[in-house]
Amino acid sequence: MTSTFLPDKRTGRDAGLPPPATDRSRSRARRRALNWLTAVGFQLPALVLFMGLVLLPMLFALYAAFFRWGGFGMPSEYIGGENFTRLLQDDVFLGDLWRCLVLVVLSLLVQLPFALAMAVLLNQRMRGRAVYRMLFFAPYVLSEAITGILFGMIFAPDDGFADQVLGKVGLDGLGGEWFADPSTVMATLFLVMTWKYFGFHMMLYLAGLQAVPRELTEAALIDGAGPWQRFRNVTLPLLAPTLRISVFLSVIGAIQLFDLVWVTTAGGPDHHSETMAVTMFQYGFKRYQVGYASAVSVVMFGISLVFALAYQRFVLRRDLEGATTTMRGDGK
Amino acid sequence: MGDPALSRRGFLAASAAAGLGMTTLSACGGDSDGGSSGTTTIEWWNISTTEPAKTVWAALARKFEAQNPKVKVKIVQLENDAYKSKMTALTSSGKLPDIFHTWGGGVLKQQVDAGLVEDLTDRTKPWGDALLPVAKEPYLLDDRVYGIPFDIGMIGFWYNKALFAKAGISAPPTTWSGFLDAVRKLKSAGVTPLALAGKEKWPGMYYWAYLAMRAAGAEALEKAYADKDFTGAPFVEAGEHLKELVALQPFQKGFLGAAYSSPTGQAAAVGNGKAAMELMGQWAPVVQADAGKGLGKDLGFFPFPAVEGGKGAITEVFGGGGGHALRRGAPQAAVDFLKFFASEATDLELVKKTGTLPVVPAAESAIADPNIKAVQEQLKKATGFQLYLDQAYAPAVGQEVNDSVAALIAGSRSPEQVAQSITKTTKEEQ
Repeated sequence: MTSTFLPDKRTGRDAGLPPPATDRSRSRARRRALNWLTAVGFQLPALVLFMGLVLLPMLFALYAAFFRWGGFGMPSEYIGGENFTRLLQDDVFLGDLWRCLVLVVLSLLVQLPFALAMAVLLNQRMRGRAVYRMLFFAPYVLSEAITGILFGMIFAPDDGFADQVLGKVGLDGLGGEWFADPSTVMATLFLVMTWKYFGFHMMLYLAGLQAVPRELTEAALIDGAGPWQRFRNVTLPLLAPTLRISVFLSVIGAIQLFDLVWVTTAGGPDHHSETMAVTMFQYGFKRYQVGYASAVSVVMFGISLVFALAYQRFVLRRDLEGATTTMRGDGK
Repeated sequence: MGDPALSRRGFLAASAAAGLGMTTLSACGGDSDGGSSGTTTIEWWNISTTEPAKTVWAALARKFEAQNPKVKVKIVQLENDAYKSKMTALTSSGKLPDIFHTWGGGVLKQQVDAGLVEDLTDRTKPWGDALLPVAKEPYLLDDRVYGIPFDIGMIGFWYNKALFAKAGISAPPTTWSGFLDAVRKLKSAGVTPLALAGKEKWPGMYYWAYLAMRAAGAEALEKAYADKDFTGAPFVEAGEHLKELVALQPFQKGFLGAAYSSPTGQAAAVGNGKAAMELMGQWAPVVQADAGKGLGKDLGFFPFPAVEGGKGAITEVFGGGGGHALRRGAPQAAVDFLKFFASEATDLELVKKTGTLPVVPAAESAIADPNIKAVQEQLKKATGFQLYLDQAYAPAVGQEVNDSVAALIAGSRSPEQVAQSITKTTKEEQ
């Protein structure tokens, strides 16, 4: 802000007509106040909404997590950290953490590489490329609830599309109870998640791939690099910022997974597909144990926050300070 | 320069104020009074999402509007489970719809204790007293009336007569061991004996609740809740009996993931003749026909069998009905609507068209369906009554019953663990 006033001052002095000091400082102060007011004014509506709808409820949940509270009136029965110690002894919640980890690992090892492979494939010149891109992206546009109902029907034991098709081609043995069997429910859920979300990551990668300069791959080609080497040493490093963002989104998504699980299995059978968000919902909206549910949400928030901060600090740092890094490089 | 800046500032201040105003306004949305035009809008939340009730109820609302030109009825229909969740959120916000569905019992009590429900004792005085006493029971709290019933019924076994004949079962079983025999016979005839919605948990709870009632007697469930102790022998025994049944693998394939009213769910399995029985309430025939084809004349009803050596009689019923409560401070039009809905004319229509059981004594003659008649007769000679556990108990306890019985059926909890975890939650809650 101050820099804009500098030329003013200079021209004023050069012209030899300095306006009276009191006047000048008064107008400057007024302008500064005006600028400040404008900034505040513009931010206020957003700030009020953010405070009222995001920050305050979050702080309130943190507060409520230390009470035994059924959701009526204000929390009054303070019980210290009891909700949190109960959480750590709750098999369902510990299971939630384990399942969250499983989903994160599977996403990173299966879903993202698959999305990357599809992106590389569809980045090549081929007939019907746009159609494929659209087709693979379409599931992401579908709402979670619709997806859930759809796959609930597809994977209905015996009558469902999946079992019928497997039966028709003589692979009955591969069919089963899908969502209804504790031992296959997570695999089925992950299958649906992959179907739903890989298109989104594929799109991210496609955008990243467009930004990889052709010259570099061509140069590598001239240097005698094979397809794998070109991918590994040229494309992949240049795609790294996109990959890092995609991993970030994928992990946060897995931590907060709710809709898809709720619609397909409601966490069952026997809690075998329950996630933290489902547990929170069960306690908050079915059992009226809002204090305990708040504790679940606080832990969920904590995990997301720690991950987000650590990831930004250690992994995304290079991407975030991009411009300065280049300048430093030029300096050397 | 000052003037435009000022007006800009003024604009910004105004928009900021508008932002603030919006947040406060949204907090008190849902006001029902129409205001200037003199018409009152009453919001009516119900769970009649299946046909024919959905259409019949909407038509009744229009009829009420025609009789009361200054009243508009806004109908909000939600599926059973979604309704319960939504009501939880609304209850914590402290603002309920003008007229809302209730099952009475512990959930209604919580809403009453929070000061959100209108006391109807005096406002429904002359006509409310004339309704069937058993139907009114769930909404009486400390002798005050908090709800008006439109349906009353009970849980029992709905069975497919053709499939029973195919398995060579001549008469419905009246004892638990007879029931287990019937299950075995059905299995060996290649018929799936029972359909169960494992995903939704409450249908599984019916088995345990009935077994506990048969083992310990009808009063035992209320007493155990009051004493905060479910560890008594009959409750463990109930779990063991249920385990005997589960060991026979009587349920349809993939029952752990099945919903109740979806096209691949419990009601459809029975309605399409894929399973021989389901343990369900008086609404079962309607849902069977809506989610599946419906069994028509092949459908039969028998009460939950007696348990050998148990204190409970086969004439004690487990069930509940449906009713409507009003939010505290609801307009007079809402009370008028309740009166209209509990009138003989309405009840006759409900009984004839939607298969509910009469709450107005004079409407009894309108029952045409022999199965509904059978339910009605069971209800009339009932020697004991217990409301659905997930409504009779505080929500946390009711859910724990559902949850731990579901775990028992899935094989991950023992009968003792079920009794203990329900006891533990009951102690925490009170």
